[in-house]
Amino acid sequence: MKSYTLPNEKGQFGIYGGRFVPETLMKAVLELDEAYKIAKEDPSFQQEIDGYLSEYVGRETPLYFAKNLTKYAGGAQIYLKREDLNHTGAHKINNAIGQALLAIRMGKRKIVAETGAGQHGVATATVCALLNLECIIFMGEEDIKRQALNVFRMELLGAKVVSVTSGSSTLKDAVNEALRYWVEHVEDTHYLLGSVMGPHPFPKMVRDFQSVIGKETKKQFFAQKGKLPEAVVACIGGGSNAAGMFYPFIEDQEVSLYGVEAAGQGTETDFHAASLTKGRPGVLHGALMYLLQDDDGQIIEAHSVSAGLDYPGVGPEHSYLKDSGRAQYHSITDKEALEAFQLLSKLEGIIPALESAHAISFAVKLAANMKETEHIVVCLSGRGDKDVTAVKERLEREKDNE
Amino acid sequence: MNRIEQSFRALKDQDRKAFIPYIMGGDGGLDKLSERLLTLEKFGATLIEVGVPFSDPVADGPTIQQAGIRALKNGTTLNGIISEITRAREVVSIPIVLMTYLNPVYSYGISRFAQDIAKAGVDGCIIPDLPIEEEDLFADELEDKGIELIRLVTLTSPIERIKEISSRGKGFLYSVTVKGITGTRNEFAQEVVDFLKQVKEVSPIPVVAGFGISNEKQIKELTPHCDGVIVGSKIVDLLNRNDLDGLERFMSVLKPEKNIR
Ligand SMILES: Cc1ncc(COP(=O)(O)O)c(C=O)c1O
Repeated sequence: MKSYTLPNEKGQFGIYGGRFVPETLMKAVLELDEAYKIAKEDPSFQQEIDGYLSEYVGRETPLYFAKNLTKYAGGAQIYLKREDLNHTGAHKINNAIGQALLAIRMGKRKIVAETGAGQHGVATATVCALLNLECIIFMGEEDIKRQALNVFRMELLGAKVVSVTSGSSTLKDAVNEALRYWVEHVEDTHYLLGSVMGPHPFPKMVRDFQSVIGKETKKQFFAQKGKLPEAVVACIGGGSNAAGMFYPFIEDQEVSLYGVEAAGQGTETDFHAASLTKGRPGVLHGALMYLLQDDDGQIIEAHSVSAGLDYPGVGPEHSYLKDSGRAQYHSITDKEALEAFQLLSKLEGIIPALESAHAISFAVKLAANMKETEHIVVCLSGRGDKDVTAVKERLEREKDNE
Repeated sequence: MNRIEQSFRALKDQDRKAFIPYIMGGDGGLDKLSERLLTLEKFGATLIEVGVPFSDPVADGPTIQQAGIRALKNGTTLNGIISEITRAREVVSIPIVLMTYLNPVYSYGISRFAQDIAKAGVDGCIIPDLPIEEEDLFADELEDKGIELIRLVTLTSPIERIKEISSRGKGFLYSVTVKGITGTRNEFAQEVVDFLKQVKEVSPIPVVAGFGISNEKQIKELTPHCDGVIVGSKIVDLLNRNDLDGLERFMSVLKPEKNIR
C-alpha cells in the first residue's frame, strides 16, 4: 500500500514547497522536473547510480550496533547507520552522484553548487572530477574561514570556489549567490542543490537520492532483528540525511521519526538554527517552509557550531511532517553536540561530524527513556575529521576561560 | 479604469514611451520617500516602482542589494513604506507599483497586504519570486482590491508561456532584458531586440523592458520595440549620490522634445 504520495504535481507537501523562483529559472525548473520524471522511470538510470554507489562511494554502508554507547545511555539499543564511511565522508555524495548523472542526461556539463561546511561542495567537486564536469562552488566567506581545508580539497578536485561576502556570508548567502549565478547561466548549467530545499523538484529529487540510507537501514535492521526499529534519529540542516532516512519508514507508523535541529547557544537566545522549533512558515530560496524570520518577514541569520546546520530554513517535507505530527523535531545545543562529539569518539572510536553529533546527543537522551528491548537507529551523516581543528580550538578556549 | 492603464493610454495618444524609474523604499531614509516620488514625477516618470527591501534579494545585483541593506539598516519595513505612500499620495498622482519579494508580504498577511496597499493608493505589484504557477496564492486577493499583478517574461520563457503570461496580465508586461539579475550592463545583444519584438507581437497589454538598462543608447535601441523602459540600478545610484541634475538629464531621454523625428 502506498498511501504517502507527496509531493503533488506542483511540488507541494500540504501547503509547503512549490516553485517560488524568478521567471528566468522556470524553464529550467520545469525541464528538470520533466527530465527527473523520465529518468526515475528508466531502470538504466537507477542502475547507473547504483553502480557508482557501490563501486565508487563504497555502499552499502554498515549498520553498526553501538554497544558501548548503548551501555552508556542505559536504555534502548542504539545502532548507527554509517554514512560517515561513504567516499568523501558524508551522505552528501549520494545526492551529488544522482544529480550529476541527471545533468549529463539533460546535456548539461556545467555544475554550480552552494556549500556550508564544505561537505556538499567536496562531494560535488568529487563527482564533477569523476564525470569530467565543470564545477563552480559558492561558499560564504565566514565558512571559508571555518573550513579552510575543505576549500583546498575542492580546489584540488578541480572546482572553482567563489567567496560570498553578501549578507551574513554563510550558507544562506551562498545559496542566494548560486541562484543568481544559475539565473545568468541557466541554459548550460545545472544547479546541484545540496539538500531537500529549493524549488520543486529538488526537495523530492534529493530525498529520493538520499533514501538509499533508509532503504538499506530497513533491510539491514530487519536482517539482524527480524523487525523494524522503534525509532530513527537524524540531524537537520536543510534536512536531506533525515529525509533519506525517514522516507522509507514513513508508512511504518510503529517507527517514530525524530529530527534534531541545532539549538546553537539555546533556543531561548537569538543564536540558534532551530527553524522548526522557533520559526514560522515563509518563502525563501524557492520554497514555502519553516523559516527563522523577524516580525517583518526578514530572514534571520542562523547560528550553530556546525556549519552544515547553519541554515535559517528547513525543507518543505519536514515542515509538513512537523505539522502532520508524523515526525517530531527536537533541538540540541552547541555544548551538548560538542559533548557528544567527544563521547562517541571515546566510547566507540568514531569521530562524528559536528552535525551528526547533534543526532547522537539526542539519541542518548531518547534511549534513556526507552526500554532495553527497544531499538534506535541514528543516521551518522558524516565523519568529524573536518571539525577536529575547530573543536580543538574551542575546547582550548573553554579551558582557558575556566 | 486603473491608473496604470490610463497612463499607458495617454502615452499612446501622444505617441510616447513610458519611463519607469525604480527606487528602493527607505533608501536614504523613509522620510525621503515622498520627496523622491514627487521629484521623479516632476522629472517625467510615467509610473514609479517602489522596492521593498528584503534580506535575501535573489533577483537583484549589487547596486539594489546595497540599497536594500541601507534601507533595512535604517529600519525600513513594509508597514513603513505603505504609510509613507499613503502620505505621498496626497501630492503624487502618477501610478505607483510595489516591487517586493514574497516573504515580507506572506509575513504581513496576503489579504491584509492587498487591503492596505489599495488603501494607500498603490496601483500594482511586482513579485519577482512568484511565477504564474504559484500565483493562485495571491491573484484573487489583489484583483478584488483593484491591484494589478504585474507579471514578468524573460529571455528563457518559451513563446507559448509568454502568450499565457501576457494573456493573464493587466497593466503592463515586464520583459526582462538580461539573462541574469538587475544591475547595469553596457550593451544588449540582437537576441534582446528579437525577444522584445516577439513579446510585443503576442502581448495584448503594453510591454515594458527592464533589467540592465542604464544608458541613453540602450534606451534608444530598445524603445522602438516596446512601450517603455524600467530603469533601476542607475536611478538608485544617482539618488544615492544625490545627483539630481544627473537624474533630470538622464530622465529626459524620452521627453517629447527629444523625440523629434
Ligand atoms: C555531515 C553532515 N550532516 C548533516 C548535514 C546537514 O544537511 P542535511 O540536513 O541536508 O542532511 C551536513 C551539511 O553540510 C553535513 O555535512
